Amino acid sequence: MLGAASWSPLFEPGFFSSEPVHVALAVGAIAAVVSGIVGVFTVIRGQSFAGHALSDIGTAGGSAAFLVGASTLYGFIAFNVVAAAVMELIGIRKPRGRDLATGIVLGASLGLAALFLYEGTISSSTTGATVNVLFGSIFTLPPGITTVIAVLGVASLALIVVLYRPLLLSSVSYELAEARGVPVRLVGAGYLLALALAVSMSAVTIGAILSTALLVGPAAIALRLATRTGMAILLAAAIGVVACWVGTLIAYDSTVWAGGNGWPVSFCIVAVIFVLYFASGVVVGLRADRRRASAGARPAAARPVEVA
Amino acid sequence: MIVKTDAVASIGDPPLAHGTAVGDADPVLRVTDVSVSLGGRRVLDRVSFSVEAGGFCGLIGSNGAGKTTLLRVILGLIAPSGGRIVVAGGTRSRRNPQIGYVPQKIALEADMPLRARDLVGLGLDGHRFGFSKPSPTRRSAVDEILDAVGATEFADARIGNLSGGEQQRVMIAMALISRPKLLLLDEPLANLDIRSAAEVVELLARIAAEQHIAILLSAHDMNPLLPVMDHVVYLADGRAASGTTDQVVRTDTLSRLYGHHVEVIHVQGRVLVVSGAEHQAHHDHDPSPRGP
Repeated sequence: MLGAASWSPLFEPGFFSSEPVHVALAVGAIAAVVSGIVGVFTVIRGQSFAGHALSDIGTAGGSAAFLVGASTLYGFIAFNVVAAAVMELIGIRKPRGRDLATGIVLGASLGLAALFLYEGTISSSTTGATVNVLFGSIFTLPPGITTVIAVLGVASLALIVVLYRPLLLSSVSYELAEARGVPVRLVGAGYLLALALAVSMSAVTIGAILSTALLVGPAAIALRLATRTGMAILLAAAIGVVACWVGTLIAYDSTVWAGGNGWPVSFCIVAVIFVLYFASGVVVGLRADRRRASAGARPAAARPVEVA
Repeated sequence: MIVKTDAVASIGDPPLAHGTAVGDADPVLRVTDVSVSLGGRRVLDRVSFSVEAGGFCGLIGSNGAGKTTLLRVILGLIAPSGGRIVVAGGTRSRRNPQIGYVPQKIALEADMPLRARDLVGLGLDGHRFGFSKPSPTRRSAVDEILDAVGATEFADARIGNLSGGEQQRVMIAMALISRPKLLLLDEPLANLDIRSAAEVVELLARIAAEQHIAILLSAHDMNPLLPVMDHVVYLADGRAASGTTDQVVRTDTLSRLYGHHVEVIHVQGRVLVVSGAEHQAHHDHDPSPRGP
């Protein structure tokens, strides 16, 4: 790291040599890329609520896994995949039916999470489980988890690649996709599976409760700025990675500034996403001003009325 | 350019010989005695009509009359409980490339990351898995169809930033790019201002004539279609009256269809269908006015 020494005011000592930091940066980057890409479809399909529900449902899975001594990642995945399947089975096309189905599964899961977290707190006599599951554990991940996360990430992105065009078409119009012979329910189910995997990965990174931030945040910023789907996807993935890495760095450095007790990584990542979202709003506003200004320079009606 | 069917095919009397076009080629769409029941309710009752290549047919009826159901039956998304549908010589099937479809109420949000030309490209191959491969052939096909609907100017604009009329043109291009013989449009004029609606209708009439395709367009108000429509299918309570506009939009025909007296009034080139005030006391039907 040639630049590391000269950048030392930015990077507190040990950042580049710490094993937990390496794992955190790798896992965070993979989770951010997958969440950003899947998130673009979550936003344009109007399923942000389903994504949020899945992350809350994952809370029950993560806390159950903690209770039986397994990695929380597997708990997140098991519960999210099952929940996605249930949502698809009882989910109805009408938004209202879909919201209701999601809400009912969500309520039941949060109840379970409350039970499991309570039991976990009693049995371990600490609140470690609660903080770990709800707000993430990126600095305490076992090194072997990077491979698992990478495999899951590839699986999730492979689903998106295969479903790319039918997903877009059915996001534009369910009826049109249906009429063109797209197996709309199968496509919807495949997408929900990719969503469940993405949410599980970001739950490990920044916690079950906050995983929606990594899913919807970068995608929402990218959709403000990009005109084409491919560009929106690349931008969302890049924004996610930047937020994850900058957030991790701030959290690491804060242990020095704050004298031992640093800020939680999840807080730092979500804060970066929020700042970027705000900044993108400013960019969009400036663009609109410039467009209005240039339209004002050419006062004539821009568009011919006649069709033929 | 329509096939002569009996004017009120499915009302009362047993249907006469349908679509007995004298010396004409086979129609692109032939619907014969189609009935549909959904959830125990009879939504369509022995509906018959046909549309020829180059023909412009309006599917007129109020909300709930069965317009969307009829279009979905033709698309092969709903199985009829009786009757027969023939599209371009073949029986109906899903993913029939002979049919182009513009669904109703497309909500294209401003943040949808698609340009007009991307949407039209999806019309070509959006049902296939994976990514599309850009090629000069694909690009020129998209350019050509965008030009045909007068959308070249906003081809590279984000679809969600276009006006309702512009979006409708792009949706029509999306339906046309697979070169269908039959174009189905579900309420394409709803939510359009009068001028945009007139432009869309004019565009469709030109496409029907130039590309020699059959158009079936549903609407709750027939007036914007009067200048171009050569055939009407008028739906009320699942039953249909079909024929030329002059044959169908008449006091006697529509009164028989509704089962109570309605008056067809021509005012300054517009048509109003209203329940006859002096007759409504004899009928227990809803006397609400139909049409504009």
